[in-house]
Amino acid sequence: MVEYAYIIFDIAYYISLIAILLSFIRFYLGPTAADRVVALDVITICGINLIIQIAMRAGRIVYVDVALVYALLSFLGVISVARYLEGGL
Amino acid sequence: MLFIASIISLLGALFLFLGSMGVLRMPDVYNRMQAGTKATTLGTMMTLLGIGLANTAWLPKILLLILFVLFTNPISSSALARAAHFSGIKLTDRSIRDNLADDKVEEQDA
Amino acid sequence: MPEIFALILLIVISLGAAVYAVFTKKTITALIASGIISLSASIIYLLMAAPDVAMTEATIGAGLTTVVFLYAMKHVKGGEDD
Repeated sequence: MVEYAYIIFDIAYYISLIAILLSFIRFYLGPTAADRVVALDVITICGINLIIQIAMRAGRIVYVDVALVYALLSFLGVISVARYLEGGL
Repeated sequence: MLFIASIISLLGALFLFLGSMGVLRMPDVYNRMQAGTKATTLGTMMTLLGIGLANTAWLPKILLLILFVLFTNPISSSALARAAHFSGIKLTDRSIRDNLADDKVEEQDA
Repeated sequence: MPEIFALILLIVISLGAAVYAVFTKKTITALIASGIISLSASIIYLLMAAPDVAMTEATIGAGLTTVVFLYAMKHVKGGEDD
């Protein structure tokens, strides 16, 4: 059973790569700016997944801190773009 | 234990793929926002939990990361939907009702 | 070996977002494209085994640049174009 586990982790890794590619296509052909911000949000969440999977492959816990920093700061970016679209800021 | 963790991680990755497919194929900004936020939040939580169960020494930091994603992702989606509605983006033709526009009309009348 | 595919995908996404940011008309979409470029550059640095550089890139690219550019775009005279 254990030797199948690494193959399943590989499949999960490739599926997250395909998810990043699909939402980038939505970024490329989205009509309005709000579509592109949604695509940026999805790409950021999939990127956090990708960072954690790279960290598991490399076996270093220092990589998890990069994902923590990114999870906090992408929230700030999306909130400020939303305030700009609303007319505030 | 490692096999169960990998199965949980694969399910989370499938949720990520379905959410991204919904972002690509939904007809409207608001539908895209729903598909891209709810499914993606669940997929992220399951994938990170699977990796945290695979090597247990990482589990506190990964639980902290799950907590961050669980708190910040719906808040940013709500603010973005409100901004998109106030900046005048139309709904799709197949939508039935719009409660936020009705609330704005009632506020203007009162 | 799976890291090679992630590297190729991130390079393609970064180049596509850069070309889009050059040829777009509105400024806000170019700013969102710069966010995607920052994310892919950060993961590329992480694949090259440099986590401190990746953390700096994430801080500057995702947090500081977006807020400063939006503040400047709010206060500049002129329109959305040019």
